[in-house]
Amino acid sequence: MMGTIRLLARETLLQAKKSRFCWKLPQTCVLVVTILLLAGCATVDLDAPIPSFETGIDPNAWATIPAGEFLAGQAAEKTLIDHDYQMMITDVTVSQYTAYLTESLAAGKVKTGEYKGRKAVIGFYPGDVFHNVKHEEKIEAGEWIFIPLDDPASRFDFDGVKFTPKSGYENHPMTDVTWFGAWDYCGSNGGRLPSELEWEKAARGTDGRALPWGETMVLNQANFYANRDPFEDMSSFGSRTSPVGFYNGNTYGDYATLSNASPYGLYDMAGNVWQWTGNIYEGMHYRFMRGGSKDTYAMDLRAWVRNNATPTYFSPGVGFRCVK
Amino acid sequence: MQFIRERFAYLFNSTKGLILVAIAMIGMETTLFGMLSGPMAEMGVRDWVIKNLGMQIVQAEREGRIIILYHSIAMAVVAIETYMITSLVRMKTFYIKAVRVLITIGYILTMIFGMGFAYWGHNWALHGVYIASLSLIFFAGLLLTIGLWPWNKEYNQPDPAYASIRGFDMERAAFFTTALTTLISVLFGAVPGSFFGNGFETFLAENIIRYPEKTPMEFAVIGHLHIMLALICVMITLIIGRWLDFKGILHKIAMPLMILGAIVLSLGVWGVVTPLEPVAHMIIYVGATPSMLAALMLVIFGWDKLIRQGTANINKPGILQKFGALLNDPLRFGPLWQMVFMNFTTSGVGIFMAIRLDEIFRVWPAREERIELTGHWHVLSAIVATIILLYYGDMIGLQGKVRKLYGWAIIILSDIAFAAVTIFEMKRLGVSEATQQPLVNTVMLLIDFGLGMLLVILAMVMGWRLLDLFKSKGRWTEEIDHELAPEVK
Repeated sequence: MMGTIRLLARETLLQAKKSRFCWKLPQTCVLVVTILLLAGCATVDLDAPIPSFETGIDPNAWATIPAGEFLAGQAAEKTLIDHDYQMMITDVTVSQYTAYLTESLAAGKVKTGEYKGRKAVIGFYPGDVFHNVKHEEKIEAGEWIFIPLDDPASRFDFDGVKFTPKSGYENHPMTDVTWFGAWDYCGSNGGRLPSELEWEKAARGTDGRALPWGETMVLNQANFYANRDPFEDMSSFGSRTSPVGFYNGNTYGDYATLSNASPYGLYDMAGNVWQWTGNIYEGMHYRFMRGGSKDTYAMDLRAWVRNNATPTYFSPGVGFRCVK
Repeated sequence: MQFIRERFAYLFNSTKGLILVAIAMIGMETTLFGMLSGPMAEMGVRDWVIKNLGMQIVQAEREGRIIILYHSIAMAVVAIETYMITSLVRMKTFYIKAVRVLITIGYILTMIFGMGFAYWGHNWALHGVYIASLSLIFFAGLLLTIGLWPWNKEYNQPDPAYASIRGFDMERAAFFTTALTTLISVLFGAVPGSFFGNGFETFLAENIIRYPEKTPMEFAVIGHLHIMLALICVMITLIIGRWLDFKGILHKIAMPLMILGAIVLSLGVWGVVTPLEPVAHMIIYVGATPSMLAALMLVIFGWDKLIRQGTANINKPGILQKFGALLNDPLRFGPLWQMVFMNFTTSGVGIFMAIRLDEIFRVWPAREERIELTGHWHVLSAIVATIILLYYGDMIGLQGKVRKLYGWAIIILSDIAFAAVTIFEMKRLGVSEATQQPLVNTVMLLIDFGLGMLLVILAMVMGWRLLDLFKSKGRWTEEIDHELAPEVK
């Protein structure tokens, strides 16, 4: 497909040159645009092979963040968190989440079914208080989507009983998980989703730095849009997730990384996937995410940057981690 | 010395010279700072520019930097519109000179010291001059508004072909109203600007759009940016109308609509910081409708005029001949076409978003909504820029093939880019995140191609004008005494 397009483009340019294309601007533009639009319709192989790397970072490890003040937000305001807490040093991986799904399905805590016309894993959520504010939507007690089962971008397989990671994605962050799915995972494992402030303190420490490692953004220190890591192909499927803790200072083949560990030793608090946080704010049903992702420019990786979506939203660029 | 004095007189004392300088300043600023984002960042150009120009980029100050960047470009655009108004609309010489001196010093200092402060470290003296320069521009606006005072009998409109009430010039009143509402709207940025800016704790409106509770200061910022851009658009519409000698029945209907639109639109936007906030959007829609209807009437008038003029020598012209006449002069067809095209890229997107906000757009993450918000107003700003460039092409007397090539290149290249931006904004309607990359690559290429080539064309024109300045009998010597009013088409 791409080869044909390239050939067509070359031929077109040659023809245009012969016909003094400078003076045939409209025709040339229409032709170029048509060819480019055709190229834009190219299909993407979502199951393209992905390089496999062992990072040496344990996704079952937790770091302790001590109580105390830290500089929060873009304006670096002194803010107190009055309790110690522990946070996972990596995002929840596909292996961890699929194991939880298999167990929960077997135990009858979740079930498969349909959610708004699509196959999904669904489970119970006790609902939120509704304040009837403009644009606010009701989140009532009931069954909500945890993950879709029919999304081609999912990184797991399901045989009706067991969930298993797709080959090569075992140690990648679990994506395509809704806020409800993240909320239940953490709850089922004796934890909860971090509040935004807990997340931010864990990411930037107490000295007001913008990024977990400091101030300067470098291509090989985090997974963000077009950072030229071994997992992306910007001419085809674009940016993909990297294994959790991949950016730890190790060299993989000829790709050398810098460590993106936060002052408390947490990895990927900038980039890779947006991370759901746990706050439920009065008057809005949106849930907030932090950290930026493989799909965003570096500006979204700054520790105070917020993104939000409905709690039913899922995406190949959204994951989570838990606190306890 | 004489050499420099003469060129200086042209560049800073004549209408066309002043416009040339402002376009060149915007071109240079856009080129330089455009290298810090988007694909240029991906290609590593951003890092190279930052390093080699010694910029001091602090992560926490990105939003502040961008706001100063937007303001410094916008001030130059406002200056260009002001030069055009003072050359097209009758006014006392004192006001013309005073307004031009103040706004020229104002926007140039705004650019130099604003960008110096934003990108090259926090020297508060630079910030002080930046603020003082913005104040100069405000004062220039105040004098312009006084100069446009429409109740002076001296400025009555005797010609019945134009909109007037017992001689009271409705077009002048429309210019006056737009200038006045712009001045008042400035305050909606200045007050919160001081509030947030003093602590350097500013924000971009698109980042807080979903928060249910906003402070009056936050509402003021959101209102300010919307109304300023809207009024810049209303003003350029009035300017183009004057250039094309808008008159007749459509003019008589359009001018009261322009006045009504500017007032109601402004009241609606100002209303967001008052208890009227819950109904402010409705007032804005009500205000936008007459403004857009007035613009539509200008388009109908202008295109009809182009067809009539182009087919004057043909007895009973056919549809193709009429179409040919319409498209014969891209510099006069273009500004009106861009106003129509704006409806696809800005108004259409905005209305669609408003209608399906909760069903579609608010189901997507905030980042997607941010792309739509920033995309549509970037396009609107750029459309104003292309309209100015098309008018400028006529101003500098482009003729024949060069005129056609320049005009069509601006129209086609910019519209390719703007259409691609619109597709990029709305891509989630048709493509998932996982499969979007080929489409993203294509539209990015089209955007870069369109805007890049546009900048190349602008650079060529600027290069030509620069070389022209070195000639003793260059075009600049003819333009030095030109005013725009006698060149009304």
